[in-house]
Amino acid sequence: MTDADIRKAFLEELTQVAPDIEPDDVGDDDHLQDDLELDSMDFLNLVTALHQRLGVDIPESEYPKIATLALAVVYLKGRIS
Amino acid sequence: MAVFAMPSLGADMEAGTLVEWMINPGDTVARGDVVAVVETQKGAIEIECFEEGIVETLNAEIGDTLAVGAPLATIRAPGEKVAPTAEPKPDVPPPTAPAPVPTAPAPTVVPQAGETPLASPAARVLAAERGIDLAALTGTGPGGAVLLADVESAPFEKAPVKSSAKPGLDMAAMRTAIANAMARSKREIPHYYLSQTIDLQAATDWLAATNATRTPDTRLLMGALFVKATALAASQVPQMNGHYNGEGFHPAKSVHAGVAVALRGGGLVAPALHDAETLPLNTLMTQMRDLVARARSGRLRSSEMTDGTITVSAMGDTGADAMAAVIYPPQVAIVGFGAPVTRPWIIGDTIAQRMTVTVTLSADHRVSDGRRGAKFLAALDAALQTPEAL
Repeated sequence: MTDADIRKAFLEELTQVAPDIEPDDVGDDDHLQDDLELDSMDFLNLVTALHQRLGVDIPESEYPKIATLALAVVYLKGRIS
Repeated sequence: MAVFAMPSLGADMEAGTLVEWMINPGDTVARGDVVAVVETQKGAIEIECFEEGIVETLNAEIGDTLAVGAPLATIRAPGEKVAPTAEPKPDVPPPTAPAPVPTAPAPTVVPQAGETPLASPAARVLAAERGIDLAALTGTGPGGAVLLADVESAPFEKAPVKSSAKPGLDMAAMRTAIANAMARSKREIPHYYLSQTIDLQAATDWLAATNATRTPDTRLLMGALFVKATALAASQVPQMNGHYNGEGFHPAKSVHAGVAVALRGGGLVAPALHDAETLPLNTLMTQMRDLVARARSGRLRSSEMTDGTITVSAMGDTGADAMAAVIYPPQVAIVGFGAPVTRPWIIGDTIAQRMTVTVTLSADHRVSDGRRGAKFLAALDAALQTPEAL
């Protein structure tokens, strides 16, 4: 998967979990919880969706590594390959 | 014969708009069946039936805005004979509000008989939405009444744009509902507040160890532990669990824990998790996930809106240290959990670094006093010290 593929997948799952967020409004460095106001339930739903879609099981201790879109793309790419 | 009426779905609800029937005349219904969907200030709510029997008539049409208590349907009890004559008209006077302007939350205007043209309620609603003058249409219904199809086929200017961010959730209306309920609470309920900072390290460690062995779909959240611990404490201190109405306090037999869910855009709902004190933690978590998802999409059930006996409101992972919340009438207590934070903690004669949470109980002084409240917080604290038993 390319960076663009991962980015697209992440944004699709994010906007599925939080339908009121527009993909275009998500900045690379927006913090999912502090800026986009995902709560712990939303975040868990996102982690669950990424597991189902990409096969990447993100342990709780590594949640900070997907705290922003930019961080998540780097982290998920490393885990997929 | 039972009249199934528009239920009150909260202290602040005056009317609801019927958006969907899930039943037809002749259908058999049982208690708890979802029979209709009603749009309220808190979003679209699935209305559950309180009767069992056979649906005799539907007395409201899609698009009707009906006051609480207005008849929606009649349901014939099992074994009851079909009424030989037409059902007597339900003993509810038709609303005669004269306001013809279709503002969003106003009850539907059923015009006084006389000068206004005959038209079905659904036709009126659509005509109001599209700005069509009913008198200018030729009705094809009985007596020349204008039907929905007549309005649908009539030319109209561009439909007014709705302000609602997404279907089912109008944040401005929800804000009004919250304002009314909270103002009533502060007007009528003499609140008292007790806070206790609780050692959360055991629960934090247990949760981390448990979740490390689970895939994301079965992981637990600290919020689920908070709800379960609150429910267990409420079952031990009945003065925190129930409803207060005109006749005084009615303790509840079970704990239906309201879970406060903040909605982006400024909304807040607290649907109930039924029998929370009896649910195994995994089941509670699954139900909470479902409840939050439906709260966000605006599709809660009527019993979830009205059955709550105590409410839990949690700040989440980050935020303020403590939260003194406002009781949701007719309940008598609400428990606010601040964001968990690592603090220096004295154990024996040493200082240790521990995860902690400050829990604040807001309770109704008409029903309980500080001594009872302290007992409740002690029970909650104790429950969180043995997370494996939750």
